[in-house]
Amino acid sequence: MSEEEKDTTNSEKSPAVFERVKEQFQDGVLDLSEEFDELSIVAHKDFVYGILEFLKNDAELSYDFLVDVTAVDYSQMEDVLTKYDYARFMVVYHLYSYKTGHRLRVKAPVHEKELSVRTVTSLWKGAAWLEREAYDMFGITFENHPDLRRILMPDDFEGYPLCKDYPLRGRGERETFDFERQNA
Amino acid sequence: MGLENRSDDNIITTTVDKVINWGRKNSLWPMPFGTACCAIEMMATLASKYDLSRFGAEAIRFSPRQSDLLIVSGRISLKMMPVLKKIYDQMPEPKWVISMGACASCGGVFDTYTLIQGVDQFLPVDMYIPGCPPRPEDLIDAVLQIQRQIDAGEFPKGTIPDANSVSVAG
Repeated sequence: MSEEEKDTTNSEKSPAVFERVKEQFQDGVLDLSEEFDELSIVAHKDFVYGILEFLKNDAELSYDFLVDVTAVDYSQMEDVLTKYDYARFMVVYHLYSYKTGHRLRVKAPVHEKELSVRTVTSLWKGAAWLEREAYDMFGITFENHPDLRRILMPDDFEGYPLCKDYPLRGRGERETFDFERQNA
Repeated sequence: MGLENRSDDNIITTTVDKVINWGRKNSLWPMPFGTACCAIEMMATLASKYDLSRFGAEAIRFSPRQSDLLIVSGRISLKMMPVLKKIYDQMPEPKWVISMGACASCGGVFDTYTLIQGVDQFLPVDMYIPGCPPRPEDLIDAVLQIQRQIDAGEFPKGTIPDANSVSVAG
């Protein structure tokens, strides 16, 4: 199938989003890429809230639905680390537009020494639990989050289990599980 | 009514325990603790095709205080285990426990930081069902095995025989 014949009626990619974001936030955008037929923006973490706000409220783009907030630990991927100034984590936002049917991924590199991003709960209330999960699994704090507690692990759990340096079988919590106290 | 005349010379001798155990084994009331795909098989077991009511164990109670057979079907995490134990503690004795499937019995493929590697670390399990998930026939077999145990007058694993309490032994 040639380029002309390609059916674009069902495309989930927005043709204009890269130019619009680049023109609005020149310094904040670190990378624009298209991989596996999906659009992805890497942005500086100080700009990511503004970019998400712009993407949501812009009448033409209208990315009104926040599909997911999560994070990735890149500590074992040397190529990504060197590309983004050895930022260990990336906070990932997946967006969807009900209006246009387009999808978009926005990523923000976060350094281990300042492990915090501004919360997007003021844009999407549904982000509250998603950010709690990212906090629970990676230890990333979200500034001004209304209720930043662990969501999956027990409240007294120590460590962040989705970090790559966390052992799969745990640090002995299975063996030292304080059952009587938990049951009280 | 004439009934007295018919049973004139017929006497059945038995023990109270035998009668109680006969009633008990044919009306097990399960408490389902379904946390994963095993629970889907458990539902299939209770539905019309496999129909656990053929063996008198269809009265599913979601209240532990009204049930005497705990079916643990699925993964139990460190956070869930205290809940499961609390439910087990609330069940009146005598009570039996079925550990259904690989995850409940040994953690299954989830050899991870958060999963209990076998509920028998904390609960007295009477019957293990292997499989991932086990078929409904396996669950029916486990219920029948427990019925056989009750019929034979065996104590459930979780019971400490007490001289002052009414014995469940036949």
